[in-house]
Amino acid sequence: MRSTLKFAVPLAVAALALGACGTKGGDTATPAASGGAAACGNYKIGMFGALTGPNANLGIYIQNGVNLALDDYNKKHGDCKVTLENYDSQGDPTQAPALAKKAIDDKKVVGIVGPAFSGESKAADPAFNEAGLVTITPSATNPKLADNGWKTFFRALGNDATQGPAAAKYIKDTVKSTKTFVIDDASEYGKGLADIVRQDLGAQVVGNDTIQQKQTDFSASVTKVTSSGADALFFGGYSPEAAPLIKQLRDAGWKGTFVVADGVKDQSFIDNAKDAAEGTVITCPCVPADVAPDFQAAYKAKYNEDPNTYSGEGYDSATILLDGIAAGKDRSSMVDFVKSYDKKGVTKQLKFDAKGESADIKVFAYKVEGGKIVSVGEIK
Amino acid sequence: MQNLIDNFFAYTITGLTIGAVYALVALGYTLVYGVLRLINFAHSEVFMYGTFAALWVVMLLGGRPGAGVGQVVFWVAMMFVAAMAMSGFIAVLLERVAYRPLRKRNAPPLIALISAIGASFVLAEIMGLRSRITAWVGLDDNLRDYVRNSRNNAGLPTIISPQPIFTIGGYHVTNVDVFVIVGAIAIMVILDQFVKRSRLGRGIRAVAMDPESAALMGVNRDRVIQVTFLVGGVMAGAAAVFYMLKIGITRYDAGFTLGVKAFTAAVLGGIGNLRGALLGGFILGLAENYGSAIVGSQWKDVVAFVLLILILLFRPTGLLGESLGKARA
Amino acid sequence: MSTTTSTPAARKPASPRFRERVNNLPKAVKILLWVLFAIFLFLLPLLNIPFITTEGSDFGGVLFTVATYVLVALGLNIVVGYAGLLDLGYVGFYAIGAYTIGVLTSEHAHMAWVVVVPIAIVIAMISGIILGAPTLRVRGDYLAIVTLGFGEIVRLTLVNSEWLGGAQGISDIPKPPSFELFEVPSIDWSSGAPVVDLDTTSTFLKFGINDFVPYYWLALGVISLVLLFDILVKSSRVGRAWEATREDEDAAELMGVPTFRFKLLAFALGAAIGGLSGALFATKAGFISPDSFQLLLSILFLAAVVVGGAGNRWGVIVGAIVVSYFPERFREFADFRVLVFGLALMLLAIFRPQGLLPPRRTVRAKRADERQAVLEEGDAHV
Repeated sequence: MRSTLKFAVPLAVAALALGACGTKGGDTATPAASGGAAACGNYKIGMFGALTGPNANLGIYIQNGVNLALDDYNKKHGDCKVTLENYDSQGDPTQAPALAKKAIDDKKVVGIVGPAFSGESKAADPAFNEAGLVTITPSATNPKLADNGWKTFFRALGNDATQGPAAAKYIKDTVKSTKTFVIDDASEYGKGLADIVRQDLGAQVVGNDTIQQKQTDFSASVTKVTSSGADALFFGGYSPEAAPLIKQLRDAGWKGTFVVADGVKDQSFIDNAKDAAEGTVITCPCVPADVAPDFQAAYKAKYNEDPNTYSGEGYDSATILLDGIAAGKDRSSMVDFVKSYDKKGVTKQLKFDAKGESADIKVFAYKVEGGKIVSVGEIK
Repeated sequence: MQNLIDNFFAYTITGLTIGAVYALVALGYTLVYGVLRLINFAHSEVFMYGTFAALWVVMLLGGRPGAGVGQVVFWVAMMFVAAMAMSGFIAVLLERVAYRPLRKRNAPPLIALISAIGASFVLAEIMGLRSRITAWVGLDDNLRDYVRNSRNNAGLPTIISPQPIFTIGGYHVTNVDVFVIVGAIAIMVILDQFVKRSRLGRGIRAVAMDPESAALMGVNRDRVIQVTFLVGGVMAGAAAVFYMLKIGITRYDAGFTLGVKAFTAAVLGGIGNLRGALLGGFILGLAENYGSAIVGSQWKDVVAFVLLILILLFRPTGLLGESLGKARA
Repeated sequence: MSTTTSTPAARKPASPRFRERVNNLPKAVKILLWVLFAIFLFLLPLLNIPFITTEGSDFGGVLFTVATYVLVALGLNIVVGYAGLLDLGYVGFYAIGAYTIGVLTSEHAHMAWVVVVPIAIVIAMISGIILGAPTLRVRGDYLAIVTLGFGEIVRLTLVNSEWLGGAQGISDIPKPPSFELFEVPSIDWSSGAPVVDLDTTSTFLKFGINDFVPYYWLALGVISLVLLFDILVKSSRVGRAWEATREDEDAAELMGVPTFRFKLLAFALGAAIGGLSGALFATKAGFISPDSFQLLLSILFLAAVVVGGAGNRWGVIVGAIVVSYFPERFREFADFRVLVFGLALMLLAIFRPQGLLPPRRTVRAKRADERQAVLEEGDAHV
């Protein structure tokens, strides 16, 4: 019986301790900060995306842009700074919902930049929508995301449905390809884009293949491309696969034009494919960096490198939210603020249509020349 | 199907080159399995470190396209030295840190697998975090080119530009293809002779056959095991060089998939059997390429695994049966 | 091949004494303790206990993930721990369970959740039998690679099959029916002392988008059912047949145990539980894609079982908690999480080779070994 007591006593004490403490909430309404712009809300904005793990590069490029926007804001509003809260999903849809809940529960968070990828967007956006927390994604380009009727969903760049036709047009009109080969990486992004290109090019597509993400040996695809006699190849996918693919194609003596989309538009593609990257055409619904020289200079000063993929979009997305905070908006009024936003950002005119898509989308063509990605103008 | 028939030799030769890499990595699995009866799960990382060593040494020596023959031979030789040394070192380290303590404690085999999985994570992550680690030690300025974008691809400059040497059935066989296939076979012949004829090789065979009797006969088991890991690591280092010459790009997680394939090749040929590893590697490389030609590259891995399952159903000990140096023939 | 030859230098058995003391308690007290423990588990996500609660991610969501890992570990324990079959492709069954839910409630049909979950279990079980029937005859180490291949085949089929949604996966998986019975308040520690927070509540079994606690409760319920099943099976003839097969297959066969059939049974039961966990995961996530079923997950599942102590159901539960909870709790390590996890696995393998909680049989076997050692060598070295 003594041992029973040993167990029972601490339990009883614990129960008492819990019972003794007070309660909060219930009837007592939380004092609302209705004082207007004067009262500092200690607001935060969230950055939702892969910041660690294998997909971290893209997330960090975005985060850099967001941080730059925060610096600008906090310099002007030294008495009421806004801080950044990171939600590192590692790009994994499985982790996304719990992180979204965390952001939603933090009442100081008035808006989210992200989620960065389409998969995690699908997993997390329903929760954001239900909670009325604005998300502006700087990088998730799946067209269907806008069709869910999420009232909190905004996209600060063009989706794949605008880029695909532009890529096809460029291949037809500028590259003047008559025999085009199309490869995708079976990812949501790559396959979606490649299917649009396939459809638009129609009969001039001489062959198709699908590779796997993380694949490194492309000998079968290379044989298919070279034996098809294609004079151009469109690849829907990301730079980790694009670099070895073009390298192996050039090694096999293929001379055609390599056309890719924004998923390949980063310096690591050139660093790794080296000479094989020369002449690669990259389409992107993003305005060339030289359009916004101030942004480019500021970015370079802070990070010691040129702005990378989606850094500008990250900057713009954060700027919209920060403008909202400056205008005294809180979480619930932010949705309407973003919806009616209309200002020039560093990447484009920032304005959204009824579905949350960017209203003003231009697709640009870039080319790898001398180890640099240079703009060759808008695809019209 | 028509595509495969029209370009049969193209698919065959390129399949053999990647098959050669599988085979060399498979040797590491097979050797360790032969003497220790365990799947060295972290062997894939041994290979991955070799690819980086090969890359770094070329960067250090200023490798670039279009150099003279003597220059290129020197670079490639240094790649072999660096990759084999690095992979051999990692393999031995792995044995010391992840396996020997377990052996001393008589841990169950499953635990060795867990330890290997842990070691595999640690090794891959160290490579994936190398920029952070160098920043800690304050070397990031000196080593920037070697460590930057450590989660991303790292590419080797094309030091041997592929030139067609001769043509079979419409496919221009390049110098790289020939070098990889012939080089891999040559290395494996040397290994085969080493295991058959040398003293250490006899020790390996003896431990594989019966560890306890071998110990009674005066074979130092720990030393044999260490040598086995070293040899397996050196083979993986050679594979890494061929891989870098052929593929040209590596990453901190490049070992994983290749390791799974190489292990499949080892089982396919009969695990514990050196020639089986060679055969298994080549067959796997060919099957993947032929499969990709017929059903599309997205089914490449599926083709490999289905082939494995079929072989195990009809020949449960692999194609050539299990025997390390005819241990249990 | 896995005969456990234990070292003579066994650690001081601290836990058996604790166990004996618990066993000696009167039955009523034991039941009371269990009930209190169950209530504690039930309230855990709402207590928000400092230090335990995950800072970087929602605790309810994390606890649900932990619960699915526990369920998976219990299922895999039948395969690895009880029957001694090394399975590296368990994620395949998990994916099959999840996709059955996705396909039948959203992608191609709109059947009721309660109907689909049993179907998911059955389909996972059948796939276990289809994979097991030909491959269980091959030797243990080969089985590892065959199952690994199976896991990858499942994932790649999901990626490349339009019918299954391809890489886009399946979204809009409906929630289970809710029975809103009562609200449970949570505890707020922000002022230092625990305060009952009536603003933040969870409604008992209201399955919404923004509250994961009810899903956690659902998972807890399922875990207790599976545990009960596990205890019944393990102590039955089937459990003993598994033990015999694992220890010495040939001897078991000679004694008239149809080892193949029992191995297949273990495989099928394991697959069924894997499918069930996958079904729960899909239900809570509402969206599934092949990304959620990477090969790495299989390895984590196996690590959970072995870390905890293959063969001990309480051990594998602890293992599952370690593997799934710690990476979330220590989010501040951010980029170093996987590295630390790998190091932990290595240390554990060296210092607790039988797992955190070894199965009782090995403790028993150890004692027998010690006794034998004493008999053989005398008392000299003790």
